[in-house]
Amino acid sequence: MTMSRTLMTASAIALLAGMAAAQDSVTVGIQLEPPNLDPTGGAAQAIDSVLYSNVFEGLTRFMADGSVVPGLAESWTISDDGLVYTFSLHAGVTFHDGTTMDAEDVKFSLDRARAEDSTNAQKGLFAGISDVTVVDPLTVQVTLDAPNGMFLFNMAWGDAVIVAPESIADIASNPIGTGAFSFADWVQGDRIELTRNDAYWGEAPALASATFRFISDPTAAFAAVMAEDVDVFVGFPAPENLPQFEADPRFQVLVGNTEGETILAMNNKMEPFDNVLVRQAVSLAIDRQAIIDGAMFGLGTPIGTHFAPHNPDYVDLTGNSPYDPDRARALLAEAGYPDGFTTTLKLPPPSYARRGGEIIASQLRAIGIEAEISNLEWAQWLEEAFGAKDFGMTIVSHTEPMDIGIYANPDYYFQYDNPAFQQLMTDLNLTTDPAMRSEMLKQAQTIISEDYVNGYLFELAVPTVAKAGLQGLWLNQPTAAVDLTGVSWAG
Amino acid sequence: MRVPRSLISGAMLSLLVTAGALVSFVWTPYDIEVLDVAGKLRAPSAAHWLGTDHFGRDILSMIMMGARTSIAVALLAVGIGMALGVPLGLWAAARRGSLLDEVIMRGNDLVFAFPSLVIAILITAVFGASAVNAIVAIGIFNIPVFARLTRGAALSLWERDFVLAARVAGKSAFRISWEHILPNLTNLLIVQGTIQFSLGILAEAALSYIGLGAQPPVASWGRMLADAQTLVSIAPHVALVPGLTIVLTVLGLNLMGDGLRDLLDPRIRVARS
Amino acid sequence: MIRYVLARFASLILSLIVASLVIFTVIEIIPGDPAAFMLGVNARPDTIAALRTEMGLDASVPARYLSWVTGMVQGDFGQSYTYRTPVAGMIADRVWVSLPLAVYALILSTLIAFPAGIYAASRRGRPGDMAVMGATQLGVAIPNFWFAMLLVLVFAINLRWFSAGGFPGWDRGVWGGVKALTLPAIALALPQAAILARVMRSSLLDMLGEDFVRTARAKGLSRRQALWRHALRNAMIPVLTIIGLQFSFLLAGGIIIEQVFFLPGLGRLIFQAISARDLIVVESVVMLLVFAVIVVNFAVDLAYALVDPRLRVKG
Repeated sequence: MTMSRTLMTASAIALLAGMAAAQDSVTVGIQLEPPNLDPTGGAAQAIDSVLYSNVFEGLTRFMADGSVVPGLAESWTISDDGLVYTFSLHAGVTFHDGTTMDAEDVKFSLDRARAEDSTNAQKGLFAGISDVTVVDPLTVQVTLDAPNGMFLFNMAWGDAVIVAPESIADIASNPIGTGAFSFADWVQGDRIELTRNDAYWGEAPALASATFRFISDPTAAFAAVMAEDVDVFVGFPAPENLPQFEADPRFQVLVGNTEGETILAMNNKMEPFDNVLVRQAVSLAIDRQAIIDGAMFGLGTPIGTHFAPHNPDYVDLTGNSPYDPDRARALLAEAGYPDGFTTTLKLPPPSYARRGGEIIASQLRAIGIEAEISNLEWAQWLEEAFGAKDFGMTIVSHTEPMDIGIYANPDYYFQYDNPAFQQLMTDLNLTTDPAMRSEMLKQAQTIISEDYVNGYLFELAVPTVAKAGLQGLWLNQPTAAVDLTGVSWAG
Repeated sequence: MRVPRSLISGAMLSLLVTAGALVSFVWTPYDIEVLDVAGKLRAPSAAHWLGTDHFGRDILSMIMMGARTSIAVALLAVGIGMALGVPLGLWAAARRGSLLDEVIMRGNDLVFAFPSLVIAILITAVFGASAVNAIVAIGIFNIPVFARLTRGAALSLWERDFVLAARVAGKSAFRISWEHILPNLTNLLIVQGTIQFSLGILAEAALSYIGLGAQPPVASWGRMLADAQTLVSIAPHVALVPGLTIVLTVLGLNLMGDGLRDLLDPRIRVARS
Repeated sequence: MIRYVLARFASLILSLIVASLVIFTVIEIIPGDPAAFMLGVNARPDTIAALRTEMGLDASVPARYLSWVTGMVQGDFGQSYTYRTPVAGMIADRVWVSLPLAVYALILSTLIAFPAGIYAASRRGRPGDMAVMGATQLGVAIPNFWFAMLLVLVFAINLRWFSAGGFPGWDRGVWGGVKALTLPAIALALPQAAILARVMRSSLLDMLGEDFVRTARAKGLSRRQALWRHALRNAMIPVLTIIGLQFSFLLAGGIIIEQVFFLPGLGRLIFQAISARDLIVVESVVMLLVFAVIVVNFAVDLAYALVDPRLRVKG
């Protein structure tokens, strides 16, 4: 009798402990596993998904609504000529290994990022910095070559987080940052574990620990959520399953937007896409809604240009390319291709590309364009399409925020070369007045829409499926991140 | 001669699938290159006997077109295996005990040692994913099967009286292999060919499933299964139909193979790798 | 006997060398620059060049081959391009998922196949035999990834008896690990069990027709005694070969199953490494798998020689 009573008590305690434990830890499912843990050394989005704002912080940071707020820099002043930024850092900030974070670390981080041999994937963010000076342990001065209205925005990117010289050697496998969570373990191929940083300088997070699990396969993701193996899945890869989750009281479904403009890129320097009439024909042959329904099961917002619809400066230019196959055929004939032509359609792995590609190929076939599909892995896509520019058309989603500037680079993979647009971008970078910037952005959007540079499909949506009791998750993805600092369990 | 029951049922199943593939050249209920996204995931009905998939394509039409792919790939892969494997096996048997024999057998073992799926992935990574590369990848692994089989059977035939007589008469090893050995191997090759064919269907399905076989818009059963995975709980027919088709096709071929063996020579022991 | 073993051993070494040459050559042809892939879509050419030098991609081909082979012999499998950690460590972690899975599947398949095959052989021609043969025909025809899908649908999503996949790690308890490997092992084991059962049956039937069995029966042993005492032991020879081959297949062929159940094993590692163009990882893992297969074949050959002196080709 005593035996079973002890057993019952023990199991009751275990049960309570289990319940209590479940309430301050969370298991997050994401599709891609980071290849390493250095957000400043490689561009994989997955690195930021796990570490941004959780383990690492920058001078400024993104909030859930995309706004840029102070991060490690408590405040700053900008000189009148817009060239010198003086940042005042928070006091008492330490890295996870106990060393203090001060202006020396900021200088180290920025200099490392902009060095000749830097492997930072977004080196361009730091290119305009001419000098970084330590004024005192809590004050650092950054001098730019030319005024840049985007500088504070740029410093919020995951590639600009502050790292320390003491721990930089093995940052790729043992990341030491200043964030609310510290890195605990990485079981490669399976999960990464974070634990609460009790010495965090800011507001303590509600969660004591977090586990990120990497599940790339859509079926496995569905199964994992249904079986409650994960508490939340950010970027759920199978939108067809969402109605099931919505109908299930155990779960909540959040559909937010991202900065991902999904486009059908056309190689502007390759025949026949060098002819604007052909590009226009392609744009008119596409039925955006069919693609959104077929590839994304209804998730996504149609776009008419390379800009995010949720951005206040967005101009709705979808009217420039309505679904009109008859007019498309006429335009093709006018361009000199009455019988259509054959071209390549190279598709990277994501389903918006693979599924979207099949749908688009079918739509183009209807006006006489035969698009030969090649399904490529990311490495191949990078080499063939992005690097060698050996493609006719391709589909990809550009998830960096405010990246309309890529259209000013004639060497960028779709090779659009318009001097007027390039001038506009140069002027834009030098402008800090918000009203003027807004005007110029609108103008930029109109130019690339009317030039039919690419087929503008839709803005990628990010579906998140979570257990009903989880709060504080980001709805939108202004940058790749799963910010857990504000996440907690209800009740 | 009594025709084994397994041969009849196997042949019927196999012919059904082959018929579907052949008819698809002339007619399919719907054109699979025309997508109808609004009509996606419809359950089987009078209009669509097997329902529609996630793009609104008629599944019966997809199955018929997919039969073409599976049969073509498997058949050509067996062809490669036989065309290269049988001569190698004959050669090795003719020169049994020599260095050549040793090299061929070691070569066989080496190919057997490589994990075939990994090599297939490598080949398609280097040369691109396509039906042709799938044929090559599967075909390569058929070669040692036929080589080993042929060598084994040929070795025992070399001891037979009529061969000894030919040797005494001064015929060259090549002529003996061609005129005496090979014809006696036909039954064995037919049976093994059927088995390898069915294995080829499974291999093609596996490669297509992980995306390394025929590319869209060419239909393929394996890819249909991959596309259907996330839809299993919403529209089960999309996953069940291609899977059952594969099972029935392979089953039919295996039954036919067993039946052929029983019919042609029950003493044949078929090698199943 | 000694000569036989030495001959086989020499052949093993030769196979390994040829295999390593073939693997290295094939993989060097794969287009795709690991540095460009790692750095992403917006990276600049100078950063890519810097990474290439850092990773030693500019050395000559023969030099890289030699350093790879000498490293492997010493147990150093190099450093992964993408993960920046020693490959040996990555392999070690994943072997502890793939190897137990293969063994588990082998045990399951044997447990199902032996009784089934023996039963079918002993009931030859009768309904029992037909039933088993029918079942195995079906088992052989089912693609294991489709079967895996069905297993997940029924046992994980609907019944919730097992998790849909994933692997908690052995440090969290042996039972948890075994449970996570159960559905995958069943999916892998089933087609293999079907094949094995058929081989068992046909091998036994062959033995039952052999001279020595007829002699045994002539001496007065019952059919059953003949079966157990003589036929079975000799029937094990081809069965052993199949088991040896199966093990290699299970180890390597679990790639698809590992994808379906998101298990962090060798199969998935290869797949991910190929996608990421992580050459060192691909080379080393493929080499390891080939090594395992060659060694298992060698062991089976040795076992043959011990069991049946007739099978030694050159004394």
